[in-house]
Amino acid sequence: MSSRLTRLWDPLFKGTTAVLAYLVLTLLVAICLALLHEGWAAFKTFGWHFLISKAWDPANNKFGALIPIYGTLVSSLIAVVIAVPVSLGIALFITELAPRWLRQPVAAAIELLAAIPSIIFGMWGLFAFAPWFSNYEPWINDHLGSIPGIGALFRGPPFGIGMLTAGIILAIMIIPFIAAIMREVFLLTPPLLKESAYGVGATTWEVVRNVVLPYTRTAVSGGIFLGLGRALGETMAVTFVIGNAHSVSASLLNPGYSIAAALANEFTEAFSPLYKSSLIALGFILFVITFIILVLAKLLLMRLERAQGETT
Amino acid sequence: MSGTASPEPKISVRNLNFHYGKFHALKDINLDIATREVTAFIGPSGCGKSTLLRVFNRMYALYPNQVATGEVLLDKQNILDRRQDLHRLRSRVGMVFQKPTPFPMTIYENIAFGVRLHEHMGKGAMDDRVEAALRQAALWDEVKDKLRQSGMRLSGGQQQRLCIARAIAVKPEVLLLDEPASALDPISTLKIEELIYELRQNYTIVIVTHNMQQAARVSDYTAFMYLGEMVEFGDTNAIFTNPSQKQTEDYITGRYG
Amino acid sequence: MDLRYLRRRVTNVFNLGMAVLTTLLGLFWLFWILYTTARYGYHSLGLRLFTQDTPPPGAPGGLRNAFVGSLIMIGVGIVVGTPIGVLAGTYLAEFAGRKRIGEIVRFFNDILLSAPSIVLGLFVYSVVVTTMGNFSGLAGGLALAIVLLPVVVRTTDEMLRLVPSTMREAAMALGSPYWRVVLQVTYRAARSGILTGVLLGVARISGETAPLLFTALNDQFWSTNLARPMANVPVTIFQFAMSPYSGWQHLAWAGALVATLAVLGLSIFSRFLIRQRNN
Repeated sequence: MSSRLTRLWDPLFKGTTAVLAYLVLTLLVAICLALLHEGWAAFKTFGWHFLISKAWDPANNKFGALIPIYGTLVSSLIAVVIAVPVSLGIALFITELAPRWLRQPVAAAIELLAAIPSIIFGMWGLFAFAPWFSNYEPWINDHLGSIPGIGALFRGPPFGIGMLTAGIILAIMIIPFIAAIMREVFLLTPPLLKESAYGVGATTWEVVRNVVLPYTRTAVSGGIFLGLGRALGETMAVTFVIGNAHSVSASLLNPGYSIAAALANEFTEAFSPLYKSSLIALGFILFVITFIILVLAKLLLMRLERAQGETT
Repeated sequence: MSGTASPEPKISVRNLNFHYGKFHALKDINLDIATREVTAFIGPSGCGKSTLLRVFNRMYALYPNQVATGEVLLDKQNILDRRQDLHRLRSRVGMVFQKPTPFPMTIYENIAFGVRLHEHMGKGAMDDRVEAALRQAALWDEVKDKLRQSGMRLSGGQQQRLCIARAIAVKPEVLLLDEPASALDPISTLKIEELIYELRQNYTIVIVTHNMQQAARVSDYTAFMYLGEMVEFGDTNAIFTNPSQKQTEDYITGRYG
Repeated sequence: MDLRYLRRRVTNVFNLGMAVLTTLLGLFWLFWILYTTARYGYHSLGLRLFTQDTPPPGAPGGLRNAFVGSLIMIGVGIVVGTPIGVLAGTYLAEFAGRKRIGEIVRFFNDILLSAPSIVLGLFVYSVVVTTMGNFSGLAGGLALAIVLLPVVVRTTDEMLRLVPSTMREAAMALGSPYWRVVLQVTYRAARSGILTGVLLGVARISGETAPLLFTALNDQFWSTNLARPMANVPVTIFQFAMSPYSGWQHLAWAGALVATLAVLGLSIFSRFLIRQRNN
């Protein structure tokens, strides 16, 4: 091999890897553009009205995104509200309470929850959780439903499926992600800081509340946003249990709809081009929402990383 | 301050300056490295001795903000020249690092890896080359029955001798040793020192060490560096018994370091 | 006894008690889901599951075509996603380092990693399916490749950065060109780590349903033609589980059990590999 030729290999190798690395960036842009292009017919036909219209009438070619957007946001918010305290508890247990030999197995088991395919969550939710949960919905109706103000959220038919069920199952699915990040960042708290708090007589809970949580605050919120991003785009589990009803209702016990569920249910059956375009436009909206949430999550997580980089 | 060692120097350094970004790490270094002798660089950490060593095979070229100016002549050819083929240079100037760096492959492959870069040879010739290198590095008897074992499973001292074998298998003219024994126990250190003593018959050796006894034991010439400058250079015996500079004397008598 | 002190103690015990309870709750869910899958799936498990194709409603059958279709598409996903991912990760770790462009690619790769998989399916639909004119196994495989890609990029980047730079210097010092250092030395040093990442990614795409819905679609019959719609386990499970026919529902559970076991098996195995490596 001549030396001229061998000298070409290095730039060639570097160039190839660089092109493929940029492909990752290109892919994200391409996804955005392709969805915008395919959904353009819907945006053009309905304009901004698409975002605030409740209509979803394939027979008359009238489409609006409000109901799926509402359902996506509400079910994900329920998920976060439930998942955050539970994840906090799990992270606390693993980092502060559990005996050393128990930490790794418990952490691994919780992470295994994230490995279960989402369709399994859906089937379990529909066939095991919902029937069981419907037994308790009358109780929710009677007790939470009578609270003035927020009571309206909890009055509804005891079907077992609906917005609340979807939220609970989403919560179970995102707990492993949030708990894993909390656990990781809790371990980053400088031991000296914790020891000095213990040194003045603080209890374990007080150390967590006054030292660990403030120190890791931004990263913890990053983890929460990451969980939210996951919940927003989750498809199969939600499709099984949200009820797939095209309606907005104050009650969380009523069936609802989400963007991902609408896509999963209707896309292959969408007969008119405008119908299909409206569904892809929904997909575009979902992409934009999750993109913003995930960027926020990453930025928050990076702040702790950077602070760590400076101190070490 | 400059020094001249022998009539036919292998490497001549002329007005060498070195910068890490804005930091001036080597200042006007002038020095001759004698052919087939052992030259030691000593001095407190941060004095630039490792930096100087890494100029000789242009290792620094891996990092974008490191710049060397001046001349370093290897057999009268300036290796700092932009047209210098780095791969050829490094086949002529081998290097062994502070910590053993066996590659994640078998003992045999560790040595064959470097040879294959520069020469094409059959299986039989390669076997001979591997054996010869391991013998020269005084490792053959310990590993001849496990050449197919991973190099990473050897002990620290054996790993370092494997790295020396790997370097000499390429048949370099110069061998650069960057604190080769600093991560090893005393017995392994002794073996490495004996090895250096053997290898000087065939190679020009430059060793960086923070251990002054080691420099005194293994080297023919010693250079004492301080804050990027060459303070004193000369015959090892002379430097250790009768240093001409106050700084050198302070260092070798342990007043700072 | 100081009342204030008592209140602090009680708060502490209560909150730590809640931490234990929430952990038990998390584990409880894991076991409940696994138990449900095992209980319903076990009944329909049998040799027929792997030797017969998906039946019409009311007839006996298995999921053979779906398993084979899934394996083919996962194969396409691995063949396309792994080399691109490994090389892109190589750029980040070996050439970009801490440079700005590297940080940008890392940032957006992480976004891609968490992007909704159904949106990735939509993307492949609008690019591949509309161009080809029909749903196809190839489109399904490509959608899985896009899900796999960021996982591989990230682990390759992380694992290569763990390889000490002295090892690269040592290879360079022998006169090796950089590409050979990477291919023959650093890849070898990071091999098991990268493999673990690929396995974790494969576990993830094995259970993915959403990206296949509008790419591979599904097929009732035996087909290995990548240019045509292709049967696959997740979408079959979805359709059968949502159907009113009990025979189909049983098959869905059997498929769910097999898929769960495969995915969990893969993730446990790859975690075991990591543990091995760290020791």
